[in-house]
Amino acid sequence: MEGEFVRRAGEPLLVGEALRRAYDGQVVVDVEAVEVCAGVVLALLGPNGAGKSTLMRLLAALESPDSGRLVFKGREVSRDDPELRRAAAAVLQRPYLWRGTVAENVEFGLKVRRLPSAARRARIREALGTVGIGHLSDVPVDTLSGGEAQRVALARALALEPEILFLDEPTADLDVTVRRQLLADLEWIVHHTAPAIVLITHDPGEAFALADRVVVIEGGRIAQTGTPAEIFEAPATEFVASFTGAEFMLSGTLEEAEEGTVIVRLDSGHALECAGCGEAGRRVRVAYRPEDVVLAPPGSPSTSARNRFDAKVARLHPQGGLVRLRLESDGLSLAALITRHSLDDLGLELGTPVVAQVKAAAFHVFPE
Amino acid sequence: MDLFLDALRQALRLLLSGDPYLWRIIARSLQVSGGAVLLGLLAGIPLGTWLGLARFPGRGLAVALVNTGLALPPVVVGLFVYILLSRQGPLGALGWLYTPSAMITAQFVLAAPYVAAITLAAVGSVPPQLRLQARALGASRWQALLLHLREARLALMAAVAAGFGAVISEVGAVMLVGGNVQGETRVITTAIMLETRRGRFATAIAFGLILLTIAFAANAFITRVQQAQPRRRRPLTS
Repeated sequence: MEGEFVRRAGEPLLVGEALRRAYDGQVVVDVEAVEVCAGVVLALLGPNGAGKSTLMRLLAALESPDSGRLVFKGREVSRDDPELRRAAAAVLQRPYLWRGTVAENVEFGLKVRRLPSAARRARIREALGTVGIGHLSDVPVDTLSGGEAQRVALARALALEPEILFLDEPTADLDVTVRRQLLADLEWIVHHTAPAIVLITHDPGEAFALADRVVVIEGGRIAQTGTPAEIFEAPATEFVASFTGAEFMLSGTLEEAEEGTVIVRLDSGHALECAGCGEAGRRVRVAYRPEDVVLAPPGSPSTSARNRFDAKVARLHPQGGLVRLRLESDGLSLAALITRHSLDDLGLELGTPVVAQVKAAAFHVFPE
Repeated sequence: MDLFLDALRQALRLLLSGDPYLWRIIARSLQVSGGAVLLGLLAGIPLGTWLGLARFPGRGLAVALVNTGLALPPVVVGLFVYILLSRQGPLGALGWLYTPSAMITAQFVLAAPYVAAITLAAVGSVPPQLRLQARALGASRWQALLLHLREARLALMAAVAAGFGAVISEVGAVMLVGGNVQGETRVITTAIMLETRRGRFATAIAFGLILLTIAFAANAFITRVQQAQPRRRRPLTS
């Protein structure tokens, strides 16, 4: 059967069904289904302690679930299944390099797979070249920097040419420049090497930049599964919205519902026109992304945006090349994210009047 | 002082002359203590590895027992082994009493806890992520365990040195079960006792120098290993 398996992009290679794992009575992972597909980069995204790494260990058959099953190429497998062990490779968070040189570390998995020494040497050379540390081949690992060590860990997995590559927080603990460089290399790697990649990350930006599909995890459960665009544009829950950078307004009540849009009367008295539908009288919360708030000078012509607020700049928070603004409009507080260039163009300072416009589709409504 | 210096001069002359009496005893010492440590490794490394890695109820008590083994008085161990191997004892049929086998047995009981305790500490000092990472790269559990032991190898070598140092210099157990029979069960420590009682200080000092050299070499090795540890522990993250 194994030989008949045809690898096609999108076809499930590994499926975790109803996986559940608890430690000391506390449920850490409880997911209905996770599919790892050939040719797809899947991100498991969630805050620290959400159970991502445990879910990865269950999917990689490094740990047994309390219940549920793991299906690899159509066959149910258990912990340490030899076929899955050989088809998969994982780079764990804070990788532990063992004593010896960089090449000796990369050679480990190849020796385990009993590859002849000439083939091992070729794979080591290629893997180290891929992650850009070919020159460090004979260097003892205890002289490496954090970024170099992370690359060795990556090379150690890539050399195995795995069918599934698990990457657990590959850029955690690295400083900004090393992280940026490694991310750029990872982007190349995920699109040029293993057919299926499972990326574990707590960073939405990393997940959205690298993944084809994202599974957002909250408290061991799946909060939402979708493409980065789906999750960004239509977060399924308040948690997903908030974790991926959305801001929340006051609570409010659905006042009237037209086709495709609803009016939300906030407790502050303001009315918002939002995309979506729902029963009138229902209590809701409204979220939006600060980058979806468009600013214009007072008196500028209306745009297609259905929500328009005359506001004043209450606070300015520079964030690198961007500036986060807190706007106040007659008791309503709004956040906006603009570039420094736009800030200068609009001549914004503390107390400056400005018009803030938000499209109905940019407001996400969640039941309270 | 003159007595001591004269004895020291004679001792050096004896050592350099290759006196067969001296070297036969040194060889027997190395054979007995070496054999005991080898057996101690065979028992102590698996036991220490298991205690270092397994989690089970009563593990704390087992670890405490192993550590208590470090303080076993050699003469008490000698007494128990004597009783075990005596004609009326449960292992009397072996006929080992007053043979090197009896001495190896007694010293094995002394060496094994040293090896187990140091192995336990060495194995426990390697992060468990190592085995998980090895398995994540396709290693079987057995291969991952071997890698774990390989990572702890320097400390394991210290276990060999500590076990050897503990038994080569003990006198109580070998005296009781070996009987200090010339050409058979006389070892460096029992020879020092005998030669001192006979007033042959030069020979006693020659043996003492050999013992000191062996103990020094074992300890120098341990110190070297311990000094090498911090470098290995340097964090890999920046």
